[in-house]
Amino acid sequence: MLESLLALGGLVLLRDSVEWEGRSLLKVLIKKSALRGEQVHVLGCEVSEEEFREGFDPEINSRVVYHDFFRDPLNWSKTGEAFPAGPLAALRAVCRRTAPGPATIALDSLSWLLLHLPCTTLCQTLHTLSPQGSCPGASTPAEQVHVLGLLHEELHGPGPVGALSSLAQAEVTLGGTAGQASAHVLHRRPQQRPTNKTHWFSILPDFSLDLQEGPLLESQLHPDPHTHLVDPMAHLTFNLHLSEKEREARDSLTLPFQFSSEKQQALLHRRPGPASSHIFSEPDAYDDLDQEDPDDDLDI
Amino acid sequence: MFPELNNLLNTSPDRAEQGKLTLLCAAETDGSFLVHHFLSFYLKANCKVCFVALIQSFSHYNIVGQKLGVSLTAARERGQLVFLEGLKSSVDVFFQAQEKTHPLHFLREANAGNLQPLYEFVQEALKPVDSGAAAWRCPVLLVDDLSVLLSLGVGAVAVLDFVHYCRATVCSELKVPRAAGSQPGPQGPGHAQAYVHHQSHLVLRAEGLATGFCKDVHGQLRILWRASQPTAQRGRSLTFQYKIQDKSVTFFAKGMSPAIL
Repeated sequence: MLESLLALGGLVLLRDSVEWEGRSLLKVLIKKSALRGEQVHVLGCEVSEEEFREGFDPEINSRVVYHDFFRDPLNWSKTGEAFPAGPLAALRAVCRRTAPGPATIALDSLSWLLLHLPCTTLCQTLHTLSPQGSCPGASTPAEQVHVLGLLHEELHGPGPVGALSSLAQAEVTLGGTAGQASAHVLHRRPQQRPTNKTHWFSILPDFSLDLQEGPLLESQLHPDPHTHLVDPMAHLTFNLHLSEKEREARDSLTLPFQFSSEKQQALLHRRPGPASSHIFSEPDAYDDLDQEDPDDDLDI
Repeated sequence: MFPELNNLLNTSPDRAEQGKLTLLCAAETDGSFLVHHFLSFYLKANCKVCFVALIQSFSHYNIVGQKLGVSLTAARERGQLVFLEGLKSSVDVFFQAQEKTHPLHFLREANAGNLQPLYEFVQEALKPVDSGAAAWRCPVLLVDDLSVLLSLGVGAVAVLDFVHYCRATVCSELKVPRAAGSQPGPQGPGHAQAYVHHQSHLVLRAEGLATGFCKDVHGQLRILWRASQPTAQRGRSLTFQYKIQDKSVTFFAKGMSPAIL
């Protein structure tokens, strides 16, 4: 996964959320670039330099140049030693660097830049860093600039997010289920169809990537072979099973309110056959057969 | 402070952590018991506390603090507590001539300025004083609460910059209670809350019960630990329900309130 993300130059957009943070994956990509011999420039706006460098080996730390926009980005301390020209000027300065060789720029984060700069300015600057842009001196792939941008996608509306994703050569959206992180990677290679793939991964303490087959939850769905399914009808004092004869009798029973063709025939062709029932009654001494006063309570 | 909450957060006054941002949110319920907890916790932990109180008066916090075993008056007198009473000092912006900019100067500005004067007040308050007096432990900033700043017309970016600067330069630890915004949107209060969410190391979110009010269960508390390093437990989250009593808060697992068992 990492090789495909870092293969071409251009912007790799890491979209994370509060639940699934993306800074660890950004550091994984930075480590990969540094191990390939590239110099990595980090525009740090959200965490301090000490916190960002935590977990990196000294060899990797020596290749990481941290441009600190965390301590005093707005020059409130009035010491004048902060970057007066702003983070974008620092970006352009890195692009115009004199040292040869490929370089990686990590933007931590694009959300901070979008909050403080107009979206159009940011997009124009990112465009100049892309292979299609006019980054001077980036004629061969060896001198291309990889830009890794961390974006907290729930902070921005669809407009800025859409603009940034259209500039990106690859987009990684972080998500996951039940404690297992996933990265949905969308590649936009020039003159090719966009491809997307989902990888399940975990990040080791030394910021190397451990790809997994699928979410861990899948293994929990297979039934444990040591537990036997209990038959609930095993030890009952009554009989729930039907014999064959009983089953046949049950199936051939017609329900009283089911209107079948036999019933229809019986109703339509009622034959005056022998009367099915008769009522015989013999009045005894106490029965009063007076129809006019059946209750016998008139006092006339 | 509430001992049960200390157990849930696995912390105690003598082991107060430094350099962390804790976000306290409340949705459809009153989360102020968390503010009182942390205020008394850090005063008992012998930390220097700067409290920017924009919601209630000093006497309110003092009364509740006394129930929890701390005296804010005494803490203020011995220099441990610096209290900015927003309700009272906001009037000073208009009626008193100040040599330097008042911390709540943004109330006078027509368009949403920045909170630099407030930040400078906090920075001044938490500056280590080497007068030979008892040195306090880590400085702590408590803000109650940030959404009031948004309602007073300060822009979301200005509030985020204030939180950023406090986190970066002033404080070892920063508690930032805020009420949840009603509608999350790109530039609405929910957006600012989401950004502070991203910066926080610990988020405590008090929510009302989904089924409505209840006499024995006052709400639900979600605790989310956000770790920036993969080694630590990332995204560990716990949910408990609670009942607020006169001097304490009892916590229990969901559905296990003693009243219904």
